[in-house]
Amino acid sequence: MRRLGGKDLGFRLGTGAFALVLIVIVCAIGSELFRQSYLSIQKFGFAFWRTEVWDPVAGQFGALPFIWGTLYSSVLALALATPIALGIAVFISELCPGWLRQPLVFLTELLAAIPSIVYGLWGIFVLVPLVRALEVSLPGPLRQIPLFSGPPLGVGMLAAAVILAVMVIPFTSSVSREVLRSVPPAQREGAYALGATRFEAIRAALFYARTGIVGAVMLGFGRAIGETMAVTMVIGNNPTISASLFAPQYTMAAVIANEFTEAADPLYLSALVEIGLVLFVITLIVNSLSRLLIWSMARSAAVVAQPAEPTAEAA
Amino acid sequence: MRPTRLRKVLSSLFVAFCAGSVVIALVPLGFVLFFVISQGVRAVNIDFFLHMPKPVGEPGGGMGNAIVGTLILTGLAAAMAVPIGIVSGIYMSEYAGTKFASIVRFAADTLNGVPSIVIGVFAYGVAVLPFKQFSALAGGFALGIMMIPIIARTTEELLLMVPGAMREGALALGATRARAVFSVLLPSALPGIVTGVVLALARIAGETAPLLFTAFNNRFFTTKLTQPIASLTVQVFTYAISPYEDWHRQAWAGALVLVSLVLVCSVLARVATRRLERMHARN
Repeated sequence: MRRLGGKDLGFRLGTGAFALVLIVIVCAIGSELFRQSYLSIQKFGFAFWRTEVWDPVAGQFGALPFIWGTLYSSVLALALATPIALGIAVFISELCPGWLRQPLVFLTELLAAIPSIVYGLWGIFVLVPLVRALEVSLPGPLRQIPLFSGPPLGVGMLAAAVILAVMVIPFTSSVSREVLRSVPPAQREGAYALGATRFEAIRAALFYARTGIVGAVMLGFGRAIGETMAVTMVIGNNPTISASLFAPQYTMAAVIANEFTEAADPLYLSALVEIGLVLFVITLIVNSLSRLLIWSMARSAAVVAQPAEPTAEAA
Repeated sequence: MRPTRLRKVLSSLFVAFCAGSVVIALVPLGFVLFFVISQGVRAVNIDFFLHMPKPVGEPGGGMGNAIVGTLILTGLAAAMAVPIGIVSGIYMSEYAGTKFASIVRFAADTLNGVPSIVIGVFAYGVAVLPFKQFSALAGGFALGIMMIPIIARTTEELLLMVPGAMREGALALGATRARAVFSVLLPSALPGIVTGVVLALARIAGETAPLLFTAFNNRFFTTKLTQPIASLTVQVFTYAISPYEDWHRQAWAGALVLVSLVLVCSVLARVATRRLERMHARN
């Protein structure tokens, strides 16, 4: 083999050059975003992330409302999506009859394949009126609580969180399913042999897979943070910080989508790019961390079990 | 230890919860599909595919320009992403153990997780700003960047699934690595790769955010790559947030076209994968 090095080296370098493109793109995104946002970084520094006022007309740019909106909507969406996604993963991998498995996998993956814009359209014309009806029907005393304060508009945090949850479920559930599959069968068999009920045996498997499951949830978090169109269309786009589920708010991705083409002033544009840069860095960290967790889980399981299967990517 | 009765009840409740979660997740899917199909079918007609958008207030018109625009944009994206994606996938599978391959894999996964809106901002900076012009090329570039990691990872996975004996056989007969890859491994993984590319195309065609400030939008029919161009997704967005009843109708029709595209591609891909699996099982 070594003797043929010359030709094979050419092949290796040639294909390697294409592979290098991927690395170059990631670095280029980071550096380009930094370059474009330099004006804003220089002018505002860290105050950008502590300021609550977003008033482009007055030249005041503070990104705190967007950070708040993004985190609030994503955490809320995860709280809704995680139990359901785990339930689906357990049902498909542990409980359901064999003939039902493939169709269910297909259907849950279809949930991920529907374009964001279609969810948004559905959100505007179907979900938002439903949410409004729900808000109107809420009894008066409850409306006094800050969580439910404000006029029942329909558009707002609740609608955004629900739509995000629907979009995140397929990701979390498909990764959790893979993770559960990598749990050695001996774990469950051992539990059953000790007289465990189904729930107890599955709980043992879930506990064994906890690292990977945390990874799956974080992957969902990464998706929720960056989701743009559907959220933009239902969250109400109002840069305020409010704890209320009914209040129209704003997210980082949404403000870029809405205001980027209108930003005539260089500082305005630069401030928007800086929001993009932070979005990039946050998703980079969240995704890397989640992959690390999933990977370490797969590896530790592979040591116990037979040769590891190639882990399939989430669709 | 808790009494057995309680443990059994708890277990049944848990099973019920899991089954319930599946139902809960399928409700929005059914709900979305129901509305898109019922509203869309009512709005879609021949004019929708052939005509251009009418000015506000005039009923009728269609999204002919946007449909052509989406085709052009996805075509550009594929032209950029398919070669880069497949060849880098080959690298990752051929040199799977190397450090560089794991860095590339990391880059691919990172790129896959970058929010589409951020890709749009990036493409604006490198493909719009220097030319002071929104263009179809910039839109295709943004979509292509999103497509590369999907194709690279699919190619890698499928190549790794080809039985090792085939590679070894080719090498034992004196083939070079390149020869073994291009005339033995790639052909046997090709059906799967094509399926992957089709799925990636369907996903890319449904993207809106990266096009908002790259391809922008265009009320008129154009095939010029250096001009702003309409796309189905951006058009649906524009119409959905407009106050006009007739535009909402057309937005549903656009959504129907997008969802049909996704459904057809997913079903085709599933049928193809099934056939492939059966083929592999026979070998």
